[in-house]
Amino acid sequence: MAILVIAEHNNQELGAATLSTIAAALKIGNDIHVLVAGKSSQPVAESVSVCEGVTKVLHAEHEALEHATAESLTAIVVELASNYSHILAAASTFGKNFMPRIGAKLDVQPISDIISVESEDTFKRPVYAGNAIATVQSTDAIKVITVRATGFDAVATSGGSAVVESLTVDGHISQKSKFASQELTKSERPELTAAKIIISGGRGMGSGENFHMLEEIADKLGAAVGASRAAVDAGFVPNDYQVGQTGKIVAPELYIAVGISGAIQHLAGMKDSKVIVAINKDEEAPIFQVADYGLVADLFQAIPELKDAL
Amino acid sequence: MKILVTVKRVVDYNVKVRVKDDNSGVETANVKMSMNPFCEIAVEEAVRLKEKGVASEIIVASIGPAQAQETLRTALALGADKAILVKTDEEVQPLAVAKILKEIVAKESPEMVIMGKQSIDGDNNQSGQMLAALLDWPQGTFASEINVSDGKVAVTREIDGGLETLELTLPAVVTSDLRLNEPRFASLPNIMKAKRKPLEEVSSADLGVDIAPRTKTLKVEAPAQREAGIKVDSVAELVDKLKNEAKVI
Ligand SMILES: Cc1cc2nc3c(=O)[nH]c(=O)nc-3n(C[C@H](O)[C@H](O)[C@H](O)COP(=O)(O)OP(=O)(O)OC[C@H]3O[C@@H](n4cnc5c(N)ncnc54)[C@H](O)[C@@H]3O)c2cc1C
Ligand SMILES: Nc1ncnc2c1ncn2[C@@H]1O[C@H](COP(=O)(O)O)[C@@H](O)[C@H]1O
Repeated sequence: MAILVIAEHNNQELGAATLSTIAAALKIGNDIHVLVAGKSSQPVAESVSVCEGVTKVLHAEHEALEHATAESLTAIVVELASNYSHILAAASTFGKNFMPRIGAKLDVQPISDIISVESEDTFKRPVYAGNAIATVQSTDAIKVITVRATGFDAVATSGGSAVVESLTVDGHISQKSKFASQELTKSERPELTAAKIIISGGRGMGSGENFHMLEEIADKLGAAVGASRAAVDAGFVPNDYQVGQTGKIVAPELYIAVGISGAIQHLAGMKDSKVIVAINKDEEAPIFQVADYGLVADLFQAIPELKDAL
Repeated sequence: MKILVTVKRVVDYNVKVRVKDDNSGVETANVKMSMNPFCEIAVEEAVRLKEKGVASEIIVASIGPAQAQETLRTALALGADKAILVKTDEEVQPLAVAKILKEIVAKESPEMVIMGKQSIDGDNNQSGQMLAALLDWPQGTFASEINVSDGKVAVTREIDGGLETLELTLPAVVTSDLRLNEPRFASLPNIMKAKRKPLEEVSSADLGVDIAPRTKTLKVEAPAQREAGIKVDSVAELVDKLKNEAKVI
């Protein structure tokens, strides 16, 4: 049976995490269908149709799908579900929002955040903030799964030639939940989960103003800027900067942690980075236990120096 | 309006868990247990809604072993009015949690259920969405702000790109994110008062719910450990290492 992947997009571009989700699907089977539900989302359907491994694109267009709610997406997917052995989406705030809803409607226990495919019904996933890795086997007829993007290398965005089929979804738009507004963080820098280099600041940064020092370095390196929970809670930076167990999971080539102590919950979000640098004035800070290169220093001295040295 | 809040007893967030030698799970014997932090935030939000006059009664529910009574007493001390313990020593997966809570909703008729977005032990992030689905209620997950008015609730959600606000028709399920509020501490007089508040006990069998797990945990392992790195003495040395040794800049 085929596998259904639900695409994350902004009606213009496909989200990078979906490419990793398709990669995970290809480890399970080889007939991969992708649902693109949106408004004026033709460009997304087209780009998905040429992705490696995709055999069919299901394209649903509706005014209300510009910002699709969990309720409407669930109704659309549940109607399709009996044709599929597996339903996958990225373990982003997008996928985590509606996939459990689909699971409940199908009387299935979903599996969150898989980092590997062991067989068509067995997967690995981190639990306890990544302090343990569980191998779990699903006994449900349909497997409903969210995929941690850092666990799978993205498929190629060219070379495929899937057919695109239109879906009619008028009856599935929920009236109980309506999109009202959004306030997206604007940035010219790469997205956190897609960046090759990330520089993150913690409570030690002292203020939002001081984050400009990190931004200057980020711009020199083509990096993204992240943060600890403490820095977000203090209002230094927006919520979507948070890296960690309950924020974003990242695994860049280089992660630079500045003024971050290294709590378990923060490490859970970045400890799979290839190279970790920590700059902290407290030589006992736990972040040094995972850092490849540690610099014990006052960040207000080290960061300007680093900027000049780059 | 009545609000139902769910609270889960979990290994305290400060504990670094250890995987058992036989790979059957993590060590929980003699480990500090606490209320799941996201549930504390859920309780706090309900209490604030009651203080504002929006909520009339707060019911807290927990599914777990007898010791989950302590978690419920904590919630009562924070301001909940009545507690329900669904007692079981079995593993209860989110689908079963949602089925049990659906029965409690049928009995208590709340107009809103506030839950945590995620348990910090299983890291599932599922139960709220699943309960909403079973009830056919709208859901507002990862909430950082909620405003109730005229049979509706506006929920501002923390999403990967920033914030999004949804308007939901009540009844609805809301799950809390970290920025929804900062939970208070229970005062000593309130802890004393909580001992006299009603705490009802039922079993999942009484509710007629099948809680058999649908996923089997085959093994639990420790994650790969990172090798300890080195300390550099200066920014110049750091930049040199990153350029010439790690070759990442
Ligand atoms: C349910 C739950 C979920 C959580 N989820 C997350 C999550 O997803 N992500 C996350 O990050 N946290 C999360 N946390 C919070 C986590 O436990 C820590 O509280 C948080 O990570 C601490 O942030 P911090 O390191 O910036 O602050 P602190 O722990 O206060 O550390 C600040 C560090 O800065 C250093 N410093 C201060 N001044 C300077 C200076 N001038 N120069 C150099 N160094 C300096 C200090 O030595 C210290 O090590 C969560 C907690 C809970 C309970
Ligand atoms: N056993 C339980 N008892 C009470 N509430 C629970 C239980 N399991 C999950 N929940 C609620 O559901 C939320 C999300 O949990 P989870 O889906 O396991 O990540 C938690 O924050 C709790 O509010």
